[in-house]
Order: sequence, then structure tokens, then C-alpha cells
Amino acid sequence: MSRAVSDTPIRRSSDTSQFKSVGKNPPRKESREKVTGKAKYIDDLTFEGCLYGKTVRSTIPRGKIKKITFEPGVPWEEFTVVTAKDIPGKNVVALIEMDQPFLVETEIRHMAEPIALIAHPDKGLVEKALTKVRVEYEELPAIFTIDESLSGRNIQRGRDNVFKKYHIQKGDPAPVFSRPAIVVIEGEYWTGPQEQLYIEPNGVAAVATPDGVTVWGSMQCPFYVQKGLKPLFNLPDDKIRVIYCVTGGGFGGKEEYPTLPAAHAALLSWKAGGRPVKIIYDRMEDMWATTKRHPCRTRVKTAFAKDGKLLALQVDATMDGGAYLTLSSVVLSRGTLHAFGPYACDHVTIDTRAVFTNSPPYGAFRGFGAPQTIFPLELHMDRAADRLGIEPHELRLKNILHKGDTMATGQKMEDEMDIEGILKKAMTESRYLEKRKSHREHNRTASPVKKGIGLSLFFHGAGFTGSGEVFLDSRAGLEITPAGTVRILTANTEIGQGSFTTHSQIVAEALRIPYEMIEVAPPDTAVVPNSGPTVASRTCMIVGELLRRAADDLRDLLIRSSGLSNNGYGPDEFRRAASAHAEKNGVTRVYAKYKPPAGIHWDDQTYTGSAYGAYAWACYVCDLETDLTTYQVEVKDFVAVQEVGRVIHPVIAGGQIEGGVAQALGWALYENVVLKQGVMQNTQLTNYILPTTADTPPIRVFFYENPYPNGPYGAKGLGELPMDGPAPAVASAVAFSLGGKFISSIPILPENICEILK
Amino acid sequence: MTAKISFTLNGKPWTGNVHPLKRLLDTLREDAGLTGTKEGCGEGECGACTVFLDGQVVMSCMVPTCQAEGKKVTTIEGLVSDGDLHPMQDCFIQEGGAQCGICTPGMIMAAVAYANDPDSAEDMREALAGNLCRCTGYTRIYESVKKAMEKMSVSEIR
Repeated sequence: MSRAVSDTPIRRSSDTSQFKSVGKNPPRKESREKVTGKAKYIDDLTFEGCLYGKTVRSTIPRGKIKKITFEPGVPWEEFTVVTAKDIPGKNVVALIEMDQPFLVETEIRHMAEPIALIAHPDKGLVEKALTKVRVEYEELPAIFTIDESLSGRNIQRGRDNVFKKYHIQKGDPAPVFSRPAIVVIEGEYWTGPQEQLYIEPNGVAAVATPDGVTVWGSMQCPFYVQKGLKPLFNLPDDKIRVIYCVTGGGFGGKEEYPTLPAAHAALLSWKAGGRPVKIIYDRMEDMWATTKRHPCRTRVKTAFAKDGKLLALQVDATMDGGAYLTLSSVVLSRGTLHAFGPYACDHVTIDTRAVFTNSPPYGAFRGFGAPQTIFPLELHMDRAADRLGIEPHELRLKNILHKGDTMATGQKMEDEMDIEGILKKAMTESRYLEKRKSHREHNRTASPVKKGIGLSLFFHGAGFTGSGEVFLDSRAGLEITPAGTVRILTANTEIGQGSFTTHSQIVAEALRIPYEMIEVAPPDTAVVPNSGPTVASRTCMIVGELLRRAADDLRDLLIRSSGLSNNGYGPDEFRRAASAHAEKNGVTRVYAKYKPPAGIHWDDQTYTGSAYGAYAWACYVCDLETDLTTYQVEVKDFVAVQEVGRVIHPVIAGGQIEGGVAQALGWALYENVVLKQGVMQNTQLTNYILPTTADTPPIRVFFYENPYPNGPYGAKGLGELPMDGPAPAVASAVAFSLGGKFISSIPILPENICEILK
Repeated sequence: MTAKISFTLNGKPWTGNVHPLKRLLDTLREDAGLTGTKEGCGEGECGACTVFLDGQVVMSCMVPTCQAEGKKVTTIEGLVSDGDLHPMQDCFIQEGGAQCGICTPGMIMAAVAYANDPDSAEDMREALAGNLCRCTGYTRIYESVKKAMEKMSVSEIR
């Protein structure tokens, strides 16, 4: 199992010598606190007189609550207990739809659903007391699979259990399939749920009184929590204050979910007369109860000419949304808009739906639906190449989008792009062709270890889908400090992706001052403007551009009003001008507001137009071995080539790609969420297997830089991109190692390989 | 039921009244006020709570406090001396080895143990296989450890 750690420098293509901060690798703003153990995560904060809260959760998937008994053996009179009837305002999570209660009133819709809350100053006693709350139920029939949901036999949501549907139409594929001399290929694919598995579990603390509510927590989106809590307490914006604590990973798992524990802690505090309440999930509760990646079943049907030209494409994908809508409609939207891949095709239909089941709601997870539809299409392309007798890379080259082509949505490719160059670079760096040949030869020997190599070609749209950024209407700001330095004001949280640092570099560059003169205000709804959620690969690209524009305005202001020279200045001159301005005018803040780039139009009704302002493009190659004695797969080498606009901080950007690839390798090969009655059973790190150092191959990252005119210094989003490509590349390489036997569902576990070889 | 338990914590004597079976992790965080040691799983799988007990790497969530009696406990806070970072900490900053940072204190402790005794594991991968990181894909962590080991070989290892 032992492998040397090979050199894995991050390589990039552009010359950034004209920049002073952008393209450099300054130390992360918060890294000193993190490496010394001084960084304060939510569970590191202490609150005077704190109570510890726990959540009583349902142990049936569907039914009615008959009775809740607080059994003897616990000093219940010392406890704060909250049920739905204690809620001062509306018992509903304000998200896309108001369909999910904070606490069950009568009907339970999934396992692990919150029913009641208990709190006590003694942490150990709360744990014990949790076992003494007995809930009696009247059970009702539940549904756990997509097929059961769509069978029509047990309708629990609307008329057909369907949360949302989308349809994309370009041309008309149906008649193409009956044309003569074509090759029709059909396939069904499955991607399983995945746990985000941030190493810091969800956690919050709250103080709530009729005068106002304050929440501290591990989270991606403080303003989501604020929005979620307003109806619960019938309080206005300025009475709900949400403060971000250093957050130990999110990956989407702390996008919408933290609103629930935040509300729970606040309800307990409200009932306890304003005493602080902390709720920190342990790992088992976090894995049992919180959101996961939507499982997805996809059917793909293609018609190819004999020479490999893609003539028609039909994709039909169904996601399991779980028991409440939460974000399923937007996850499905992104899945829909990534289902057709980077290929030019005249006749395309994409039909997708998200359905109700009695599972805990599935939620945001890095990639947000796109990995679920990219996997089937890319693996399908490999199966097609196999059937057509064309090399997989050649089949792709025959069909890739070029400038001037239109996507299935009708979006015309206006920007310079070089998907072919990306593909060829990945092939060169991975020695793809050479290895296809040598692996084939090796696999003819008697060795029980078979070798495989596979590639995937894909894109990821950055920022909110369609008109989403317009609706978000984000604002970001800069503040001049009395010391003459500059403070960044955004709601965007540092969750490991390096946003405090990349934002600081962008502002430093725009103001032409050193990176060290920029600081970042910790996101706190009482202090920062709402610059939108920290999701969708938008923080650097969208919010970064707002900051760049705010910086331009700030510089102009200092030139106009405080004598900053228009013809260049040093750090000290800037500091003097800024502090003079602050002294004269008091606190000065400059804000920039989102403006959609010109030429971006999207029609939500027909699903046509520019779904995303910018796309990152990538080709990934996976080289692996399958051991036919143990059926284990070992990834030996991984090459990730991508075009992401401009790289602001190569080490941070490389770290995003490397980490995303590892997370996606986990999804492809190890991370098997075992469901029973709709809920995860293997809720421990002993039985839910994450990639360790021993499982993660050398990941070699290459950036192509092609500056995007509407991103800060040309940057596009990249955080989710690496989640998209690894799974199909792995599945393709496994198929190669097995002599063309394709496994169409992930994770690919040893037992699946054993099964297909039988 | 508590008992008086004493050990050397980051070079200084420490005494507290704690339940002898209280997890060393909780004693460090709650009684000694050192919150740099983190809890990720509570069952010895993730390594976020890694500390040294008499120089040996242990998962402090799996160690009852009474086992530390009379021993030397070193935590992430103990790596800094006179305000100077340990070379491993410094290299994690320079090479981007820390992202969200929650695994970082444990990862650095495991890395320091390996750097101090490279013969303790077959290679860096094996040495760090007990410490999970969800952010980095481990690549920048290897770069950090490699750089630190180069530095440590020319400076005084502590």
C-alpha cells in the first residue's frame, strides 16, 4: 500500500508579473490562529451560565405523535424543555418554500426529525435525559425509494410526490432515433447519497429574549439563518443577529442546515429566560440527522453517427429530495443545466424531477446536483466509445463545443475557449495514450492486478443559476479604519476555501497597497452587508468583483477628498490619506452592488438563455489498479487540468482542486451511505469510509488561465468544479481494468466488482 | 465523583479535580482551558484530538484522564515556545497545509511526531493515515511536512 509522496507542484499558465498581490501566495489571513490552536470554533467559546441542548428525534419514518412522556429518573424540574407549542411565532423554516417545521407538531415525515428540545447546565445529564424521553407513535406507511414515490400508491406531496420538474428542449431528438445507419445507446446510472463530513460537526449557541436573538455558529450563510429565524420569533431583521464563528468545513452541509439547530438553541434560550444555550451535534447525530448529497437515477439515450458524431441526446434524471423541499428545486436546476456536458448537439431533451420520500431532506453539497448528472453523461460517452470502436478522447474531440456553438439551453459560446487544449494537456500530463496501450498489454498477462486509465471532460457554471444573482442583489463593502488600513465587509464566510485571503488580495491589488494592510471583518449580520450566501463557487468571482469595484470607488474617494495622488502612491501615503479621511469624516464605508454582466439573459419559463455567466472547463484523468484477488481499487495517479479564468492564489486554488478531487474519489469508491427506513445507518467514521492519506493518490493540478472579463482580475469560480470530474474518470478506468465491463453506479465497492465479474 | 489528577501540561505542572474516567480531551478543553485540541468523531478515528502522552501520539478522546497521572501531556498550544512557532506550524502556514483548520492541530501533532522519529512509520502517508482531513486532499499537508522536515534537520529539533 505504501507509495512515495511525489512532487505535486501547482502549475499555471499565465504571467501575472504586472500584479502585486493577485497570483501570489501570501499566507492565509487566519492561518496563524489555526496552526496554533487559537482559532475559536463554536465549541471553543464559553458562555456564562450556559445550558447544553439536545434534540429529541423521531425513531419512525412516518406517523403521528400520540404522546410524549418524560420518564422518571431525571430531575426534569431542572430542565428546560421545548416542544412545538412553545414556539412564539411561526413553526416553519423560511427557505424556498415554507414546508418544514422546526419541531414536529403532529405528523412525522422522516426518521430523526426534531420533536422536542431539552437543555440543562450539566452536559452529561442532558445525554442521559435524552434516553428518558419516550415518544409514542401511530405509524403510517412510508416511502423510501424513487420508484415507490412515483408509483402513485402513497401520495404525500402535491398530486404526484414531485417537488419540481424541469424540461430543456433543443431541436427534436425523437425522430433522430429512427434514422437509418445510426448507433443508439441507452443506459441507466445511479449515484448514491454522500455525507459532507466536515470534520467539525454542526454547532451553534444562542441567546434569545423578547428584545432580540443572537446566534453564534458554524455556518456558511449567516443571512440564511437570520431569514430562517425571523418568522419563528416574529422579530424584524435588526433584532436577529447572527455571528459566524471559525467554521471547520462546510461543503454545502452548513448552507441551509444550520438554521435548524440555530432555531432550536434560540427556542431553548427563549424558554430559559435568555440563558445562553449551546447545541453541538456529536458525529453520530450529525450523520444520522443532517443533509446529504441527493441520490440520483439517470437514464441517458444517445444517437451517434457511425463516425462518432453525436446526433441526439436524451437525459432523464430523478433525484430523491427527501421529506421537505429545502433546496431540492435549485439542486435539481443545477443538475439539469449540467446534464448535457461540453458537447455540441442539435437535438437534445433534458427532463428532470425531484421527488418526495420519507428520508431526511437531502441538501446542498459541493457541486449541487451537477456531479449527479455529469457522472452518467461522461460514463455514457465512454460506453458509447466502446460500442462505436472509437477511442474515448476521440469521441469527445468530435463533439466538443467550440466558440460560436450553442449549448442545449441555446446559450451561445461567446468567450474564447479551448476545451480541446485542456483535453490534450490532460492526456499529455497523464501519458494517457501510452498508458492505454501499456495497460492493455499488462492486462493480457496473468497478473491478478489489472490496470485502468480513464478520463472525463466537463464544465461547472459559476455563481447562482439563471437570474439568481439578480435576485440576490448582493452588496459588499470596504471600511477605512482609523489606522488608515482597509477592512473588508462581506457576509461571506471563511470555511477553508480561503475567501478571506483571496478577497484581501483582490482589494490590495485594486487599491495598490500591500496585502498586509487589508483585514477582514468576521461575518456578523449586525456589521456586514448581505453579499449573498457562501455557496455556488460565487465568493471569489461575484463577491470578489464587488470588492474590486468598491476598492476602485474607495481609491477615487481618497483621491478626490483626501489628497491621495492620482499618479501613484506608496503604502504610507495611502495610510495617511485614509486615516486623515477617517478622522475628518468618521467611519467611512464604500459599498458596491451587484450588476449583471451585459448580454446575460435567462428565461426561467423555457429554461433557455445564459444559465451561467461563466463556466470553468476541465479534463481529469484517473490512473488506477484493480486487484482481482481483493477486488480493491487503488488510484495511482490523478491529473486535473482546468481553465478557471485567473488564479488569484495558486496554493489556495490548488488546494481547492486537490481537496475536491479527494472528496469526489471518496464518493466514487468508498463513501457508501447505508440507508434503512430512509435514514443513514453507518453513522460513524469506523463504518463510513473517508479517503485517508493511504487512499489518496498524488493529485497533479494544472491551471489554464483565460481571464474572464466580469470576474475580479479575470477570476471565475472553481470550488465545486473538482467534485464533478473524478467519479466518471474512476468508473471509466475501472471499466478499462475489467476489460470493458462497466459498473454504472457509484460508489464502486469491492463487492460490486466481485458481482460484475461473476 | 472526582479525583485529584496531576500531570505536566506543556512543560508546566497541572492539577485538577476531575472524574478519573473523563476523557483527556474534555479535561484539556474544559478544565485546562486549552481548546486547540479538537473533537471530530469521539471514537479515535479522525485524529483531530491528537496529543502527545509522554511523547507518544494518542487520541485524547480515547484516553481517560487518570491515565495521564504523573505523565507529560503536550498539546498544539505547547508547540509554541516564547512566541515562536514550531517549524511545522510555520510550514503549514507557508505551504497552505491548513484550510478550514479543524484537523490542523491534530495533524500537526501527528506530523511533528513523525518528523521527530521518521523511523516510526514506513512513510509520511502511513504516519498521517490516522488523521482525516476533508479539505486538502492531503497534498499541501505533505508539502508542509516535507518543508518542515528539511528545516528541522538543520535546526534544533524540539
